Amino acid sequence: MIMKFIYKLGSPPYFYNLSSKLLPWFSWACIILFATGLYGGLVLAPADYQQGDSFRIIYIHVPAAWMSMFVYMVMAFSGAMALIWRIKIAEIMLINSAHIGAVFTFLALVTGSIWGKPMWGTWWVWDARLTSELLLLFLYLGVIALYGAIEDQRKAARAVAILALVGVVNIPIIHYSVEWWSTLHQGPTVTKFDKPSIDIRMFVPLILMAFAFKFFYGIVVLLRARNDLLWRERRSQWVANLFAEKDVTEDAK
Amino acid sequence: MDAITNFLHMGGYAPYVWSSYGITLVFFIWSIMSPLREKRQLEKRIRRVIENEKK
Repeated sequence: MIMKFIYKLGSPPYFYNLSSKLLPWFSWACIILFATGLYGGLVLAPADYQQGDSFRIIYIHVPAAWMSMFVYMVMAFSGAMALIWRIKIAEIMLINSAHIGAVFTFLALVTGSIWGKPMWGTWWVWDARLTSELLLLFLYLGVIALYGAIEDQRKAARAVAILALVGVVNIPIIHYSVEWWSTLHQGPTVTKFDKPSIDIRMFVPLILMAFAFKFFYGIVVLLRARNDLLWRERRSQWVANLFAEKDVTEDAK
Repeated sequence: MDAITNFLHMGGYAPYVWSSYGITLVFFIWSIMSPLREKRQLEKRIRRVIENEKK
């Protein structure tokens, strides 16, 4: 059942049509989640008793940091599929996740730095959490550079897949860095399931923003993947049909 | 009026909070706009490819 779906998803016209249907839903979900999440986070949530209003940076810092790791895992998973089954869509998902993944990582680092200045008194410390997150940014940039450096797209995708898979080792290091090494960075607030150490009015917007970021990633990666796919398949019949259909609907208008 | 001023003031942390949100907004707009712009150029190029194939 799942294998059948993956097999179908691997077909370029199927992927293209499915993504056409998904994009409007993703866009509405993203808009609604951002609107409610931002209102809840910036207006409804009370100021933190220690950090005052500066804690509101959490609503972009933490979702961006989560996404920096999530997108990397998507890349590594696509990379594995691309290496094992040579699925073109997996290669496309891998390479087109890299730019937006780098954006999330960069935002996590920058907003963390801006938050660190008033709270820790410094923009940056070379501790395990910050350094491993910086390494993640270099991994993303490495993926983009390596892909650009190899002319043959299929060969480039395989090289990038291997780099992405090797880099996975960094993900648990980022996650556990605040527990393994002493650091200025605070420990996890949300993933402690027994007793979340956060007010519910602060917590709900954070979850909304986390999902908003997920849908945002979905939108960006699909837009990029569709462009990439169209260009790779430009000589195929389904792309020719797609453009012929477009001409008909545009003439009708 | 006071409510809005207070909100923008962010308890004295305005530069930190708003610069974080501002940078994020700029990068998000760029992330969405760049594939949309690319798509318009791509459509022209692909039409040319299809025309050439027909000949």
